[in-house]
Amino acid sequence: MTLQTVWCFLWGLLWAVYLMTDGFDLGIGMLLPFLGRDETRRRTMVHAMGPLWNGNEVWLLTAGGVTFAAFPAVYAAMFSALYAPLMLILFALIVRGIAVEFRDKVDSPGWRALWDRVLLVGSLLPILLLGVAFANLFRGLLLDQSGYHGTLISLLNPYGLAGGVLFVLMATLHGALWLAAKTSGDLQREAAACAGKTWVALLIVAVIFLAATWFDTPLYRNYLAQPVLFLVPLLAVAALLATRVFLAQGKLWPAWGASAVTIVAVTFFGVIGLFPNMLMSRTDPSASLTALNASSSPLTLTIMLTVVAIFVPLVLIYQGWAYRLFAGQVTEEEAAAGEGY
Amino acid sequence: MDVLLLSRLQFAAATYFHFLFVPVTLGLSIFIAVMETLYVRRGDEVYRRAARFWGKLFLINFAVGVVTGITLEFQFGTNWARYSAYVGDVFGSLLAIEATAAFFLESTFIGVWAFGWRKLSPKAHAFAAWMVALGTNLSALWILTANGWMQHPVGYVIRNGRAELADFLPVITNPTALLKIAHTLSGAYVQMAFLVAGISAYHLLRKQHEDLFGKSFRAALAIGLIFAFVQLGEGHMHAMEVARTQPTKLAALESHWRTGTHAPIFVFAWPDEAAGRNAVELLPLPSLLSILSFGRPDAEVRGLGDFPATDRPPVLITFGAFRLMVGLGMYFIAITALGNLLVWRGWLARYPLFLKVMLWSIPLPYLANALGWTVAEVGRQPWIVYGLMRTSDAVSAIDATQVAMTLVGFVILYSLLGLTGFWLGIRAAVAGPEPAVSGDGAAPSSADAKGGPA
Repeated sequence: MTLQTVWCFLWGLLWAVYLMTDGFDLGIGMLLPFLGRDETRRRTMVHAMGPLWNGNEVWLLTAGGVTFAAFPAVYAAMFSALYAPLMLILFALIVRGIAVEFRDKVDSPGWRALWDRVLLVGSLLPILLLGVAFANLFRGLLLDQSGYHGTLISLLNPYGLAGGVLFVLMATLHGALWLAAKTSGDLQREAAACAGKTWVALLIVAVIFLAATWFDTPLYRNYLAQPVLFLVPLLAVAALLATRVFLAQGKLWPAWGASAVTIVAVTFFGVIGLFPNMLMSRTDPSASLTALNASSSPLTLTIMLTVVAIFVPLVLIYQGWAYRLFAGQVTEEEAAAGEGY
Repeated sequence: MDVLLLSRLQFAAATYFHFLFVPVTLGLSIFIAVMETLYVRRGDEVYRRAARFWGKLFLINFAVGVVTGITLEFQFGTNWARYSAYVGDVFGSLLAIEATAAFFLESTFIGVWAFGWRKLSPKAHAFAAWMVALGTNLSALWILTANGWMQHPVGYVIRNGRAELADFLPVITNPTALLKIAHTLSGAYVQMAFLVAGISAYHLLRKQHEDLFGKSFRAALAIGLIFAFVQLGEGHMHAMEVARTQPTKLAALESHWRTGTHAPIFVFAWPDEAAGRNAVELLPLPSLLSILSFGRPDAEVRGLGDFPATDRPPVLITFGAFRLMVGLGMYFIAITALGNLLVWRGWLARYPLFLKVMLWSIPLPYLANALGWTVAEVGRQPWIVYGLMRTSDAVSAIDATQVAMTLVGFVILYSLLGLTGFWLGIRAAVAGPEPAVSGDGAAPSSADAKGGPA
């Protein structure tokens, strides 16, 4: 029981860290056509995430791998049920990665314009669909004893779409704040202004989403049973407000940090609300897969816990070091110098 | 077409494609780290330029290799849900460990490496290169341990209607997996060596950057010979392990139908799978199969005829792929041995033909590695986990139309990516290294701008 609970928490944490880290990469990709007025600009923007995006993306792989290792039945049912959106996410992430690494390989405006378009689509699609997928997990899928009965269209219900828009806006804000903190001059000013506007939109969508969650999902059940848990959604709201305050004061890194806390708290808001469900059925509660009935054996969970306890802190240390190494502001000269992929 | 066939085609397409790029990164990461270490130790600018030049090719391969690897991990869940649910307790943990313990290392330090040329001291940069090499190779180790378990499952019990982990130690010390790791890594290093040798040969033929490419060429020839030779002995041990653990695969490797002692190998054979025998068998080498499989001429080697047709792998594909792979392996030994002889005697300049042969040999290890995976995976059929779960029982209960669409998507996307990747790779290889500089951004020194002292 405790081991499975710990793993469900870790599962949520890995998704949260993925969204918190790669979230700003995807945000920058989506902002490229809006803030990337000229090639120097666009180059600087890509450079702002260049050294880090690869390592960030591994959190997704780890979240997937841990789902496989700790909750194989969830991994099997979830990924085959969400076949179409997941494949679209993977295709998009493939071209996103290639776009970042190939755009500067040929010195031609047409070549770069092509990859910049690919980068936009490859950034927008994964975060949109991840939002749709998570919202549908919160809402429950059309799952019964005979299997899954939904389609891509049935996932695009109003609540699912609201989740998609929420994730897109969270990532856009996160990316804009990262850009503002990492750049200088006009680009910094415009990125900060963009973050301010995105923040308003995000606030509106977040309120709608939280309200819709009340009506369209059973997530609040756990919160009503244990009111102390309301601290998590409250933290999300507080962090979102703090983001705006820091931004107004020109404290850009704290603003980015507050945005990161928002993303983590929103993810946990969902995971805690679902618990012990991981893949919840909307139609037949007995078909729901939970952390208790879909987990690996205690031996596997113990071994994996040991592995995670050793390696994740290690990863945090060297990724933290890499983040510090590249924490300085990207100058246009530096971006133009051609360091990178 | 049904979900099973479509899913198999999709996984095959994704894996073959992934593994066109991965072997080069496995080998080249170490090659680059060695070059950077030599630069730190000897201070000769040529090593730094070599690291940067081969680094460009590494990054292109890395980019395509990584993004295509991610889809593989998720495909177990999307297309092989019943497999994932049945063996996830054992198999899933190996993939999760790969991500946590290896892939993070590789992916974090590749960013540091690519963007850190000015930010880091040469020493720290060489360290980053070693971390990339370590992460890349550890990554292969865990994935191959997972594949080794599919070839020869150990350390599990059937409980709660699935395969559960009983003991982790046998899983990570599985002899099949260890042999597979040695075999795959050696194959990867051969592929890297032929790529480096071939590209170096291209520039040596044009007499440009002879210092850099001369060094690279000689190193690659030595690496190629060592690992082609390792493959010979290791491949033999690997085959003996297959004889012990996967009798149907072994029989298919040699198209061996009749159980018996003193089993021969036929120099030429052609299987007739429907009839359950060979249509053509010429020039038997007496007892050779018994000796190679079990070390004794009187050892009994079980033939495919001993197994029901439903338990046999596709024989012609397995047999043909195996023969071609072994033939290519012999060629790799011969040509690298000749190359090292030419280098040793200082005769390289006299035989430009040899350089041309090395240039045109670049694709051959790519082919050999693809054939090797064909032998391993087709030869394991009809099992997804040998003796434990059939491939036909492993597939997801999903709509075939979806899979057909994603399969088409994969083929189109990967073809475009592959063409772009190879085009960029060839372009970077032909362009050669950046001009030699003394210090960062200073004027080119005359030493190696064009040619330089050989």
